Amino acid sequence: MISIENLLTWLIALQTTYLENKQYLTDLDAAIGDADHGINMERGFTAVKQKIEATDHNDVGSLLKITAMTLISTVGGASGPLYGTFFLRASTACARKTTLTNAELVNMFDVGLQGVVQRGKARLADKTMIDALTPALEAMTQALENGASLTNILQAGTDAAEHGMQQTIPMLAKKGRASYLGERSIGHQDPGATSSYLMLKTALDVWGNEET
Amino acid sequence: MKKLINDTADVVSEALVGIGAAHADLLRVDLDKKTIMRADGPIQGKVALISGGGSGHEPMHGGYVGMGMLDAACAGEVFTSPTPDQMEAATKAVDGGAGVLHIVKNYTGDVMNFEMGAELCQAEGIAVEAVVINDDVAVQDSLYTAGRRGVGTTVLAEKLCGAAAERGDDLQAVANLCRKVNDQGRSMGMALTSCTVPAAGKPTFELGPNEMEIGIGIHGEPGRERMELKSAREIVAMMSEAILSDLPFESGDQVIALVNGMGGTPLIELYLIYNELNQICQARGITIARQLVGNYITSLEMAGFSITLLRADEEMLVLWDAPVHTPALRWGV
Ligand SMILES: Nc1ncnc2c1ncn2[C@@H]1O[C@H](COP(=O)(O)OP(=O)(O)OP(=O)(O)O)[C@@H](O)[C@H]1O
Ligand SMILES: [Mg+2]
Repeated sequence: MISIENLLTWLIALQTTYLENKQYLTDLDAAIGDADHGINMERGFTAVKQKIEATDHNDVGSLLKITAMTLISTVGGASGPLYGTFFLRASTACARKTTLTNAELVNMFDVGLQGVVQRGKARLADKTMIDALTPALEAMTQALENGASLTNILQAGTDAAEHGMQQTIPMLAKKGRASYLGERSIGHQDPGATSSYLMLKTALDVWGNEET
Repeated sequence: MKKLINDTADVVSEALVGIGAAHADLLRVDLDKKTIMRADGPIQGKVALISGGGSGHEPMHGGYVGMGMLDAACAGEVFTSPTPDQMEAATKAVDGGAGVLHIVKNYTGDVMNFEMGAELCQAEGIAVEAVVINDDVAVQDSLYTAGRRGVGTTVLAEKLCGAAAERGDDLQAVANLCRKVNDQGRSMGMALTSCTVPAAGKPTFELGPNEMEIGIGIHGEPGRERMELKSAREIVAMMSEAILSDLPFESGDQVIALVNGMGGTPLIELYLIYNELNQICQARGITIARQLVGNYITSLEMAGFSITLLRADEEMLVLWDAPVHTPALRWGV
């Protein structure tokens, strides 16, 4: 069971994650984009942290909605509307809930991913964040169906996201800035897939040890 | 990194305050929404025009706000799209009841952020049309890319559509004109050096002392090909061939030409480039009816230039000559 406090911990931990990986993500984006992905993500989650720490929260849906609106108005770039839409959709799946079961948590991620797909119109293997998120959701859904614990569900999702992220290296980018490189995009890991992997990895890090 | 700044985090805001102070007669700056607006807006009954994008391309877009051009420009962080709440606020602020046209450059981030901004306004009953400019011939327009980038034609579209709106054209007519300008405009750029995004602190890409990048984007996105530096004559021949054969421009065409500096190229070189371009056009029977030579859509301190050609009919020339009064373009007033 995931509580509002657990969600807050995760969202706040994401700020640390993106702060620590600001240079790494920006360097990845410099290779196939415009060298701003780490800067964008750090700016967005620092704003989210400030916003959510300043208020009390009594439902998951509105916490995620505040997160979404803050990301939409601070991240910019392609990842702003994409992650913003992710959390906005996720929030509608959690409206008026005070806790999330494992199934509801996986559903939250799934609905978020569908929002990203709709907004960005990318397909699998276009070398974007959905190449990390899609396999992650498949793995989490599978683990859930097998009755796995929260830790094991998140472990499965994180492993699959990491694998998906690495799989973007040989891909030719067909969406976003990286697509302008054509063949030259091959051989580089996609920054958005990397930030998506980090999002799940952070969830595993902060929730993985909780007994649920 | 060697830059005339105070703190990398404040570059955009401090520049916005500066442009507002320097042009207080023309502009009003909303610092919270990082938006530059016409001081005399909203203008009742006139279609309003909004553009915007990442900062670092000055004078685009804020320098084109004023009579006969844009009603507002939303500024993002350097090379990063502005956000939907900015476009929403700007749209509401400038709407004079005749609807609002969003002129959007074709970058994934800009397109999605403007789209969300437009959705927010449309949900409240404001008429919004969006036209996406995609004129960069360096990019293959195919299912396998995000499509052609929006570059120099944007400036020409802002001028021509601004004049049409000032004349009283309705939203559909102004949007259609914008689409027509986009259809008939083609651009290509090149770089001699990279640029450094203040927040990144180091050059976006590396070019050897004897190398150039042909087909560069205005954010330092790579172009068609990296090659050894050639003479201006050879470079202009190569670039104009790519542009002319794309539309294609034909003998007898009249064009508006923009020879644009990327920010770090001296005017003497831009005029030399214009001379080469003019000769090529003449040899092909193409008349440059109007032209701009200078820094109009830049890429921070990048050295390099771009060429934009727009096939113009008589109506476009009339709109081009119509009065304009903005910080960066001013005539007829
Ligand atoms: N259409 C899309 N669908 C899904 N993900 C996308 C799409 N386009 C880009 N991305 C993801 O966004 C990441 C880049 O995000 P970033 O924050 O750097 O935005 P950007 O492309 O630089 O935007 P801007 O051009 O406005 O600066 C890519 O690595 C990719 O994973
Ligand atoms: Mg980027």
